[in-house]
Amino acid sequence: MATRVIGKSVPRKEGREKVTGRAKYVDDLKFPGVIFGVTVRSPVARGRILGIHFEPGIQWDEFTVVTAKDIPGKNCIALLIDDQPCLAAEFVNHPEEPVVLLAHPDKYLLEEARHSVRIEVEPLPAIFSMDDSLARKHVIWGTDNIFKSYQVNKGHVEHALREAEVIVEGTYETGAQEQLYIEPQGMIAQANTEEGVTVWGSLQCPYYIHKALVVLFGLPKDRIRVVQAETGGGFGGKEEYPSMIAGHAALLAWKSGKPVKIIYDRAEDMVATTKRHPSRTTHRTAVTRDGKLVAIDIDFTLDGGAYETLSPVVLSRGTIHAAGPYRCPNVRIRSRVVATNAPPHGAFRGFGAPQSVFALERHLDRVAEAVGLAPDEFRRRNFIQQGETIAVGQVIHEKVDMDRLMDRAFELSGYHEKHKRFEAENPGKMIRKGIGFASFFHGAGFTGSGEEHLASEVAAEATRDGRVRVMAASTEMGQGTNTIFSQIAGETLGIDQEQIEIVQPDTANVPNSGPTVASRTSMIVGKLVETAALEIRAKLVTGGYLPAEYNAAEFAEACRRYLDRTGPLTSFVKYEHPRDLFWDDERYQGHAYGAYAWAVYVAEVSVDMRTAEARVDDFVAVQEVGKVINPVLAAGQIEGGVAQGIGMALYENVVWQEGRMVNGQMTNYIMPTSMDVPPIRVFFEENPYERGPAGAKGIGELPLDGTAPAIANAIAHATGANITRVPVTPEVLSELLESVHA
Amino acid sequence: MLDRAKKIGVRCTLNGTAATLEAYPMARLLDVLRDDAGLTGVKEGCGEGECGACSVELDGEIVNSCLVPALQVEGATIRTIEGVATGDQLHAVQQAFITYGGAQCGICTPGMVLAAVNLLKRNPHATETEIRAGLSGNLCRCTGYTKIFAAVMAACRDMGSHS
Repeated sequence: MATRVIGKSVPRKEGREKVTGRAKYVDDLKFPGVIFGVTVRSPVARGRILGIHFEPGIQWDEFTVVTAKDIPGKNCIALLIDDQPCLAAEFVNHPEEPVVLLAHPDKYLLEEARHSVRIEVEPLPAIFSMDDSLARKHVIWGTDNIFKSYQVNKGHVEHALREAEVIVEGTYETGAQEQLYIEPQGMIAQANTEEGVTVWGSLQCPYYIHKALVVLFGLPKDRIRVVQAETGGGFGGKEEYPSMIAGHAALLAWKSGKPVKIIYDRAEDMVATTKRHPSRTTHRTAVTRDGKLVAIDIDFTLDGGAYETLSPVVLSRGTIHAAGPYRCPNVRIRSRVVATNAPPHGAFRGFGAPQSVFALERHLDRVAEAVGLAPDEFRRRNFIQQGETIAVGQVIHEKVDMDRLMDRAFELSGYHEKHKRFEAENPGKMIRKGIGFASFFHGAGFTGSGEEHLASEVAAEATRDGRVRVMAASTEMGQGTNTIFSQIAGETLGIDQEQIEIVQPDTANVPNSGPTVASRTSMIVGKLVETAALEIRAKLVTGGYLPAEYNAAEFAEACRRYLDRTGPLTSFVKYEHPRDLFWDDERYQGHAYGAYAWAVYVAEVSVDMRTAEARVDDFVAVQEVGKVINPVLAAGQIEGGVAQGIGMALYENVVWQEGRMVNGQMTNYIMPTSMDVPPIRVFFEENPYERGPAGAKGIGELPLDGTAPAIANAIAHATGANITRVPVTPEVLSELLESVHA
Repeated sequence: MLDRAKKIGVRCTLNGTAATLEAYPMARLLDVLRDDAGLTGVKEGCGEGECGACSVELDGEIVNSCLVPALQVEGATIRTIEGVATGDQLHAVQQAFITYGGAQCGICTPGMVLAAVNLLKRNPHATETEIRAGLSGNLCRCTGYTKIFAAVMAACRDMGSHS
């Protein structure tokens, strides 16, 4: 048998193309006769469209012009419900909402033309805050401005609060955050009545776009084709919005009869596309004097922007993670996502959980303080143990050992020694040091019954030379899908992972393995890849082509003989939901996720008391994610996620003015550079999950949950300031410091 | 007087070969390299000189090609990512990016690799602090830079042992 590759840091499959600049991203693709497309957008937050005026001075007959009237099918971006138009027709509901599309062979003339379209709008009163939305100052969506609400109940919270020895309350906020993939969004489309519609683009979820285009064009499924180009980062930002750009490019291609390329520049990408939902969370927590959690009462609100998009699902994950990996007999979580007249907020790595986990982990430090316990000791008294139930009533069957993760994180970071030393050394200093941590979990895969509804599919086929092709819609966007799938299939088949070919995601060639989101690719789709590979091997063994023990040459020979005598050697597998996992959508109770990743992160910070600037000096991330398939790729996921979490905690501040982002440039929206990140030290505990491929669980979103609260807790430790919101910019911190020292 | 609306011939050395680029004088070098010279390894991330994805070497210095007008490269020597490997032989920095996980989505990688190659040329014994400073004009959203530092340190050792 070939060498075992699970657990080995085999190099990234497409690494060579990437380091030589040969990898082809959407803007690198050449199409003969291609013309370019741009989007003309709403100048106001909310209003009625009175007219579209094409100003003189432009040869308009040279341009392809598309408005809502040109849409052959239904004018919507089909996702959960159909409330978001592809092009606004009568009303606009947020700044930068697409209204008109233009195409022309010359990019420069196109830009002039874009500025010569005047959209005449009669403004309507708009909503720019969660408070105004909740108060229904104006009703801008549905009957009550609420896209979705949930309630989780465990035990009797009101009763427990009445009887409580100690109650601690607090309110916490997180701001919008831009995904800031370095490759801006882009699509190329070819479309006509004979061949249907084909799009190539930078995207995470080929079948989301496929579904949207079927509805937009009213064409049968087999007339729509979506192909992923190399994708320069997604982080959730290329989950739902690419359906919009694909629709636009396809409409222009349909009308012009030419291939159309739409590439957003950075400014357009930042002001027009989705961001992490801003949030506000209020906690009321009852504890005994000796630090046992008695009741957790959480009120969690997200700002969804102008259309529903994925907000109910984001809210769901945020809600389920809001009470964390703690034992508490009485929990109530009331949550809702509200409409405002901003561009819709959307998927961003962590998907609601970073918001609610920030609030919880910051709040628990304050609860500990209220009962005179160290923050770690307080958490140790309340950590969930195997066999206990979390807020949504799921019994944790997997082995969980938060104490062990905490021990290791504290040892590696020198937490206790530093905690004491910083407190002794800080008084009177201009640079004050602090250390803080967060302990948390993150569920892998779609929430609740989500995976059952997705019913993902994966196919595999062997070639005459003993190579095996894996067909899935799961995309590579830097996180390592190609490499991980190759390792899983190679290991299962006992052949070199280089003999595995991962077929380019193309809806004409690959089955729907679901969206590339929700920390589900390794654990859920990887398991299907493993099963598909097992089937290939089983066909060879049961057919008598291959002995139970074999080498690579024998495998190749067996494939050749099978193909010659029996025909194509293929397998096709579909996800089957484990029968012991139940989810009750009505009561919001049950097995929220098949498995969880568990983690304790420790941040060490310095705060300059004159400038109120905080920086992270050291970061230790200890987590249990099941079996680690590729240590370099896995650590890369955590390191990158921690860096994004540092941005969320300290730097990344979206400035809003009447629903529009006004700092939509990399010059004044600040993400961490190589000078801003500390050593990020990553460690794994391994506890194989029996339903994951080779024991793997999910990993991708985890690091966004714990990084910001660990940093906020460290700043609180350094300064004594009660940090209640991120990002903790110098402006925010200087105000807090004044109140501490007033 | 220069006519902005008329293309000019700009002579330069491009990845070791003499070339004449036909370009509008104020066209961005980035666009000329990508669209006219077909060097699509040069990436556009922001178009305002912040992200470094469009980094190229211009007369031995790393510049953001989105900020350089075409007429400025008359007589210059330009190297893009396409000119870093020698045939099939990867540069030590490229190999280290593969081995140590310095590339994830790959969109910042061409600029990052060029910046690292340039840094090590000027400072063959760069420390981690110097690497952090040297790459601070190149933004990466995937890696948290950790594995990029590891890759450049490794390339530094590797090149040292071969020189």
